[in-house]
Amino acid sequence: MSIEAREARQPWILLAPALSAIFLLLIVPLLFIVVYSFWLRSAVGADTPGFFLDNWKAALTDRFYRDILLNTLKIAAITTVACALLGYPAAYFIARSKGNKMILLIMLMLPFWISYIIRTMSWINILGVSGALNSALIWAGIISEPIQMLYNETTVILGLTHFLLPFMVLNIFVSLDGIDTSLEDAATSLGATRWQAFLQVTLPLSLPGLAAGGLLCFVLGAGTYITPVILGGPRDAMFANLVFEAIIRQLNWPLGSALSLLLLMVLGVLVAIYNRYLGMAQLAKGLG
Amino acid sequence: MDDTKRYERLRDRFQDGDISRRKFFSLLGAVGAAYGLQTPFAKYANAQSVSQVRFDGWGGIVSEAFRKHAFDPYTAKSGVKVVDGTFPGGDEYLALVRASKEGEYNIAHLSGVFDYARYEGFGLASELNLDNIPNMKLVMPALTNAFSSVTPGSLSAVPYDYGTTGLAYNRKYISDEEMKEKGAKILIDAAYKGKIGGWSDWRTRIWYGALQTGQDPNNITDIDAVWEAVRTHRDLALKYWGSGAELMSLLAEEEIYVTEAWSGRIYALQEQGHDIGYYDPPNGFGWQECLFVMKGSPMGACEELLNFMLDPATSIAVAEGQNYPPALDPTKVDLGAKIPTLPAFDATGTLSGLTFANPGYWNGNEAEWSETFSRVQRGY
Repeated sequence: MSIEAREARQPWILLAPALSAIFLLLIVPLLFIVVYSFWLRSAVGADTPGFFLDNWKAALTDRFYRDILLNTLKIAAITTVACALLGYPAAYFIARSKGNKMILLIMLMLPFWISYIIRTMSWINILGVSGALNSALIWAGIISEPIQMLYNETTVILGLTHFLLPFMVLNIFVSLDGIDTSLEDAATSLGATRWQAFLQVTLPLSLPGLAAGGLLCFVLGAGTYITPVILGGPRDAMFANLVFEAIIRQLNWPLGSALSLLLLMVLGVLVAIYNRYLGMAQLAKGLG
Repeated sequence: MDDTKRYERLRDRFQDGDISRRKFFSLLGAVGAAYGLQTPFAKYANAQSVSQVRFDGWGGIVSEAFRKHAFDPYTAKSGVKVVDGTFPGGDEYLALVRASKEGEYNIAHLSGVFDYARYEGFGLASELNLDNIPNMKLVMPALTNAFSSVTPGSLSAVPYDYGTTGLAYNRKYISDEEMKEKGAKILIDAAYKGKIGGWSDWRTRIWYGALQTGQDPNNITDIDAVWEAVRTHRDLALKYWGSGAELMSLLAEEEIYVTEAWSGRIYALQEQGHDIGYYDPPNGFGWQECLFVMKGSPMGACEELLNFMLDPATSIAVAEGQNYPPALDPTKVDLGAKIPTLPAFDATGTLSGLTFANPGYWNGNEAEWSETFSRVQRGY
């Protein structure tokens, strides 16, 4: 075998374990879900195999699923904006800090050491009627009766923001950290104020990181299931909750498969749009 | 077969130059891979059938009672380890079992004859040899008959305990008199808007919707009225709880003042000193729980465990721990001092005072009602 041929094979050999894992653990189960989505449910007993379009028709035409999907995208979008507004200053501070950057980054990573469910449930102890915030407000004499703050869409967004914020900060940080600070100095030396230098130099250069963080937050937020269960009220649900209910509560695996594929396709389109205009390289940098 | 000699022969061939270094190491790698793939699973399978049984239950104080009073003593006595898992509801567990290999799950603490019928419908039922469970003779016939009516001539489960899903209320805000007067309708009383809870289970929502509209839960004639009641409750409720732990937390923290609730969990709250009342309205939701053995389980070990769990000493200790009366017939077994004080306890052993879900009726409507509830819950 020639050296060229061997070199050409080498990347594939190195990639083989990862590709095998992706094929076996992602592609094959996904194919099962695709097949299942065309079957018909049976409440008691085995589902009916075949090629039926009923589930897809329901998923694509039923107003109920459309409304929940739109609401899911709305919640994910609000969360992403909240993460961007909160995350950018934090990322900027970390990127521009001298000496203690590593400590700040480690502090940013600390929440990942605690279970997402525990972190979400911590809001019950903060916002509950006998939680820390109400207790503090009553103690300070600001209120006399506890305020009902939990179990609504706002707390769902709050919980999601809490969960997703580190992803946003990390992505923006990676972008900001790669910007030469002398560019800002050059802008100010040419007469720009610090704010103008930021708006016209730093912010545009950091947009790829912001976009990568936005994509991650949006996709993860739109696919979440546990936050509305813990922090939402009776009506609050996201699309993943419908998938859960179809598969687990109603034992309607075929419909649940169609719904999960629909969500995957919607988010896939968003990722494709992102890739078309910004490329996936920035996302990889942020995750790295 | 002597693998060592095979290896030596292979090594000799390699050293003699009969096979290349690459082929030698490829063969060694293949042997290693085959060994690695085979051994852990074979070990697991053997352990599963010989030395351990998997048990899944409701978690919280219920699982604690099972572990402390049944599993640990059983393991100490027999050497068979009981691996106990938990689930938040029968639906979730059924989905897990359906997706599993036969034999992966062994015994489940199922609720209601409707669950027994569902599992049987999915082909998950085993066939118990009741000769290996002599303590079955101590169980109330009313409970056993309910299960054998689903699988005539055989049983896949033994009855274990029973309870109710009644009304729990904070006495600081709701008096006993008000609760008795309003009954199930208190859950749709606008005076308590934002302080009402409810289980996210579609059966319970519909059952209480039937009570709120004056209908027989096992023969609903106006389902539209029931959905309207469910909608009213949804709009007044602060939270649908999803587990016993969440129920107890919501009541104890005074996030909610009234909800339907599992009798044993409320008894546990009362034991902890919380002033929470419990009331079973007329036609309140009664249920009987069983220990269901899945098809493909190690039957001998499972039957031995079930018999141990039905032993009066074990069964009474578990009942006192989880706060649900045992399936043992009180006319045959002295149940001690605490059990007669538990909610839903029936001293006659006939359970004639409780209303259970008709399995045929509820399972027959499951597909339509569970899906409709999902929509109603979300504002439709």
